[in-house]
Amino acid sequence: MTIEVKVPQLPESVTDATLVAWHKTVGQTVQRDENLVDLETDKVVLEVPAPFSGVLKEIHSENGAIVTSGQLLAILEPSSADAVAAATTAEPKVSASSSTVAMVADAAESAGPNAEKLSPAVRRQLEEHDIDASLVKGTGRGGRILKSDIQSFIEHRPHPEAVSAEMPLTPELAAPLPDQRSDHRVPMSRLRARIAERMVEAQQSAAMLTTFNEIDLTEVMALRSRYKGIFEKKHGVKLGLMSFFIGATIEALRRFPVLNASIEGNDIVYHDYFDIGIAVSSERGLLVPVIRNADRLSFSEVENTIREYGTKAREGTISMDDLTGGTFTITNGGVFGSMLSTPILNPPQSGILGMHTIQQRPQVVAGEIMARPMMYVALTYDHRIIDGSDAVQFLVAVKQSLEDPGRLLLQI
Amino acid sequence: MSRKFDVVVIGAGPAGYVAAIRATQHGLSTACIDAWVTSDGKPALGGTCLNAGCIPSKALLESSELYHRAAVDFSGHGIGIEGLSLNLDTMLSRKERIVQELSGGIGSLFKANGVTALFGHGRLLPDLKVQFSPHDGEPELLEADHVILATGSVPVEIPAAPYDGERIVDSTGALSFKAVPERLGVIGAGVIGLELGSVWQRLGAQVTILEAMDQFLFMADGQIAREGQRQFKKQGLDIRLGAMVREAELTDDGVLLKYDDEQGGHEVAVDKVVVAVGRRAQTTNLLDPLAGVDVSERGLIEVDEQCRTTAPNIWAVGDVVRGPMLAHKGSEEGIMVADLIAGEISAVNYAVIPSVIYTSPEIAWVGKTEDQLKEAGVNYKSGTFNFAASGRAKAMDQGAGLVKIVADVDSDRILGVHICGPMAGELIGEAVVAMEFQASTEDLQRTIHGHPTLTEAIHEAALSVDQRAIHAINR
Repeated sequence: MTIEVKVPQLPESVTDATLVAWHKTVGQTVQRDENLVDLETDKVVLEVPAPFSGVLKEIHSENGAIVTSGQLLAILEPSSADAVAAATTAEPKVSASSSTVAMVADAAESAGPNAEKLSPAVRRQLEEHDIDASLVKGTGRGGRILKSDIQSFIEHRPHPEAVSAEMPLTPELAAPLPDQRSDHRVPMSRLRARIAERMVEAQQSAAMLTTFNEIDLTEVMALRSRYKGIFEKKHGVKLGLMSFFIGATIEALRRFPVLNASIEGNDIVYHDYFDIGIAVSSERGLLVPVIRNADRLSFSEVENTIREYGTKAREGTISMDDLTGGTFTITNGGVFGSMLSTPILNPPQSGILGMHTIQQRPQVVAGEIMARPMMYVALTYDHRIIDGSDAVQFLVAVKQSLEDPGRLLLQI
Repeated sequence: MSRKFDVVVIGAGPAGYVAAIRATQHGLSTACIDAWVTSDGKPALGGTCLNAGCIPSKALLESSELYHRAAVDFSGHGIGIEGLSLNLDTMLSRKERIVQELSGGIGSLFKANGVTALFGHGRLLPDLKVQFSPHDGEPELLEADHVILATGSVPVEIPAAPYDGERIVDSTGALSFKAVPERLGVIGAGVIGLELGSVWQRLGAQVTILEAMDQFLFMADGQIAREGQRQFKKQGLDIRLGAMVREAELTDDGVLLKYDDEQGGHEVAVDKVVVAVGRRAQTTNLLDPLAGVDVSERGLIEVDEQCRTTAPNIWAVGDVVRGPMLAHKGSEEGIMVADLIAGEISAVNYAVIPSVIYTSPEIAWVGKTEDQLKEAGVNYKSGTFNFAASGRAKAMDQGAGLVKIVADVDSDRILGVHICGPMAGELIGEAVVAMEFQASTEDLQRTIHGHPTLTEAIHEAALSVDQRAIHAINR
């Protein structure tokens, strides 16, 4: 008997995927759970593991093909040991699980108060766009959701995947070689195209401004060098800079909550939780996994989370859950040598903190000129809801916490 | 000792009697004064609607329609009728009986709800006092906490054709001709003129309707109005537009109507003339000048959106205030005012009031016309469905007319529904409910309509808005 290997149910608002690469060829033996093929969506790359061990008999979609949910990918002939199990199982599991973002729900089963008052057009719209009815503001009679409310919701809803990148102050230009003047055309990967789309969207919807400051990291560096050994021994992870920055950021967000808010329609939505996105680079592009409830994590827990994400990003195993949501983002161009930059907002967030390289620079300390490890920091913010004074003071608060880490301890 | 009531209503038409009943349901002591007397001198509740308007005209429209179908349509069904005759007296008596039953019905409702019915004339005095002059008896002073004015409207008279009660009559007179006039002239092609003209035309009169405006049924959607005009012309109603009547000369055998239009002066000789050019608010002898109730230039009692007049605790509803002169509008206003007096929140949604013309085919509409949307610069889309393609309508031999829906392009919200066709007055109810719930065209498209029914035409028209009609070719 044979088994059909199909494209798994694509998550959320993803309509189709690109078949990137088969890892097995026809006739090859595969082991159960071994990755058969990579499918790329706008957000992540999905692996399709073999549901059973056996032989790959037929391939029905080639590299580069566009496939949809449930489409036939391959035929597998399970080995005898798994044949019995094959008869009773359904579709193969997918490693990158579909998102459990607030927007996924069956409208008819929604527990929302207006679930019973959904008109035919609204029911269908909710299903077509995979929207949770309880999230849509109804402007109709008795609070009912109208078709136009769905349209508004779609226009304004936050996008789950998070992409952020620095905008370099000057674009790099490849110098053309004197004799070669041909063009090399490469279609954008889905991820790249999505990033491009969101960059423009961020630019066009928010009133973005960037304010700068500099931080003297002497104290932080001293803390790190004094305790890095003990820290690593005790917690099994290196003591990096990010945990300090996240701590300082959260303290500042507590004082200036509007930096942790987002705009929905005409409302400012203040989030009383802190999901901090940390931009990490991967081969395919910039990803921003989110550290959930970062305010409740200890330094070591933050460092561990970051390390795990780094690994996942390199291995291409970041899931949609990891990339979704986020109330504020921190990006670090310093690892690449950036001294100063203007980060771009990660919609629907209203603020992003950019870290840069640490350089010894002459500073005036107690009347004397001394070399200090300095980092320029940039805060890009949405001026629609954040006033300049809040933005500036937020950054000053971050600076103060880091220049005097004792403040983090005492929360002052 | 003067009687005191929580609420005194002046007028027992659809606005007044409904307000009175609702007020007593709220536990308010209520009196309702009404001055209507029938032709044989008896007081009758129900106002114009019941006694000389909606109800009697519907009764005659029904009778005349049946007669017409028997005379003209039955043979097509294979039904032969020998010796078809018309007994106008019986027809009129049937009408009278219906009117009396309903009027008596209101009396029963009043008794059951505890409304004190007072037959006579009411006049509003200052300080929330009402002078009640009964038909027989001494005038009495009533005291009230609130007074609701619901004195309705009366037909407009034109100097060119003054009533003589015999040959030149108003709509009330047109409901009681002793014999079917051979030639009937109707001045005014509005709702009333069309309905009354239809009645007598079906019963055998040769009807000429003279309308001063250039446009037929200007308040209805243009497409629907043109369809109606076509149908009425086919039936033999001679409707002349842009015709201003200069004079109605009484002659030996009737009336010579002299009118002017674009082409010049014309004359048409008829036996009877019905003047149906409109109605005006009725406030004669109603308001003491010191009562503080303002009246507009056009004679309407000035009110806000909650029907409060300029005097505290004095309210006004129905034909005597602004808005379409429709019984159901008056009734809803009556309910709103009674609720407000009782301390509840209440309002009337003026945007979703249906209008109905009980001709055959009927014409009904709710919401905005295409012209109104064009003028307002709204980005709209529209769809239609002809009853000629409706199985039910064809089986009923009434496959004429159409349903038209206009909707907003961006939100898909239904902005107006217009129907010319069988049972339009009933069918429009679906549209009114849909619009009350701010439905989109897609909502109607995805609602199952029974087959074979006339309502399916609404379904198809909704599909047609998005070029998705199944039973019509989409353009």
